[in-house]
Amino acid sequence: MKNKYLKNVSTLKYMPDKCVGCGMCVNVCPHRVFDIKGSKAEIIDKDSCMECGACAKNCPAGAIEVKTGVGCAYAIIMGKLMGTEPTCDCSNGKSGKCC
Amino acid sequence: MVHFSNKNIPQISTQLTFSDVVNSWKARWGINRMSYILTPGLYAVGNPDSNSPVLVTANYKLTVDTLRKELQDLNAWILVLDTKGINVWCAAAKGTFATNELVNRIAEVKLAEVVSHKSIIVPQLGAVGISAHEVLKDSGFKVTYGPVRAKDIKEFINAGMKATKEMRTVQFNMIDRLVLTPLELTAAIKPSIIVLLLLFLLNFIGIKHFGIKDLYAYLGALIAGCVLTPVLLPWIPGRAFAFKGWLLGLIMASLFLPGENLLHDLGYLLVFPAMSAFYAMNFTGASTYTSFSGVIKEMQYAVPSIILSICVGVIIL
Ligand code: SF4
Ligand code: SF4
Repeated sequence: MKNKYLKNVSTLKYMPDKCVGCGMCVNVCPHRVFDIKGSKAEIIDKDSCMECGACAKNCPAGAIEVKTGVGCAYAIIMGKLMGTEPTCDCSNGKSGKCC
Repeated sequence: MVHFSNKNIPQISTQLTFSDVVNSWKARWGINRMSYILTPGLYAVGNPDSNSPVLVTANYKLTVDTLRKELQDLNAWILVLDTKGINVWCAAAKGTFATNELVNRIAEVKLAEVVSHKSIIVPQLGAVGISAHEVLKDSGFKVTYGPVRAKDIKEFINAGMKATKEMRTVQFNMIDRLVLTPLELTAAIKPSIIVLLLLFLLNFIGIKHFGIKDLYAYLGALIAGCVLTPVLLPWIPGRAFAFKGWLLGLIMASLFLPGENLLHDLGYLLVFPAMSAFYAMNFTGASTYTSFSGVIKEMQYAVPSIILSICVGVIIL
């Protein structure tokens, strides 16, 4: 059964005008958010986006933007308490994504 | 696991020994996690030559273990990046498994003199930190993203460096979730001690009387949030982790109701499910599909509700 998280929250932005259809976004996305339709990429499942940023980082045409961040409540709480950016602080031994 | 061959390039074995297995078990429970660091650089698997594929990985020993045991009967080079002993995905998010580190490491090990081709295989999850077109520009090596899981690497290579959709997708199945629960429990030790100290304090100054029954209820809440919610995750109704945890916590707490008077029972139902919700919410960090924006949204509702529920519950208990 597929895990589904909250809907309509992802900050993913895709600008089809710039896309050169290389398919890198399809290759790197761990949640099949993109697909190639014809000669361009298309977002097919935006709600599965976890804002990891792999697609934007590997799009040679700069056609993708996304605000990346850790999807980790613990990190966000610690960030708030310490007044720093939330980071996956692996040294606390938590988190499977992290370590 | 490492020994030196004639060409002075360290050789990695594809066999995991008994102590490798024990170590990975210890790491799962959070014992000595940070001491599993491998020296970055180029390693050989089998008898690679100048045509053999180059696989890039992190210098967390468990990551290298997972990779090397899939490489039996294969001749390949392994380029280990300095990720400070952290796995590929997290290191990529933290910026240690990164374009710069890769480009510098390629230069440092003189990869262009070791292999005659210009291609390297980077695990797909490393794409979070690596920009393939920049690596090409800065090093001349073309990055091909390999499968998400090391177990698919042979099939990927044999298929001519082609990954199926399955190989490209991160999963989070029951086993994946189950192996994470020990870490959730160890992470819950600290908050648990605080909870128990508070109970003890309240007992001590004689405001309330907490007994062994309450301790059982607390342990129930802990199990609901740290073990049952992760394991049953996709089958529990709702999408927010805190909600899922609260729901299971509610079922769990109802099993422990003292049933002496209504108010006391109500207190139980306010305190313990909220604790389960808190622990479940912390599992977002271990999951492989939650986004920053999503967790922020979830917390906006969950954190105030949890705090309120626990406070009111403790007062009426
Ligand atoms: S940010 Fe990550 S999950 Fe979202 S579309 Fe890009 S690659 Fe996929
Ligand atoms: S990576 Fe960029 S250019 Fe390539 S297909 Fe995706 S959006 Fe288009």
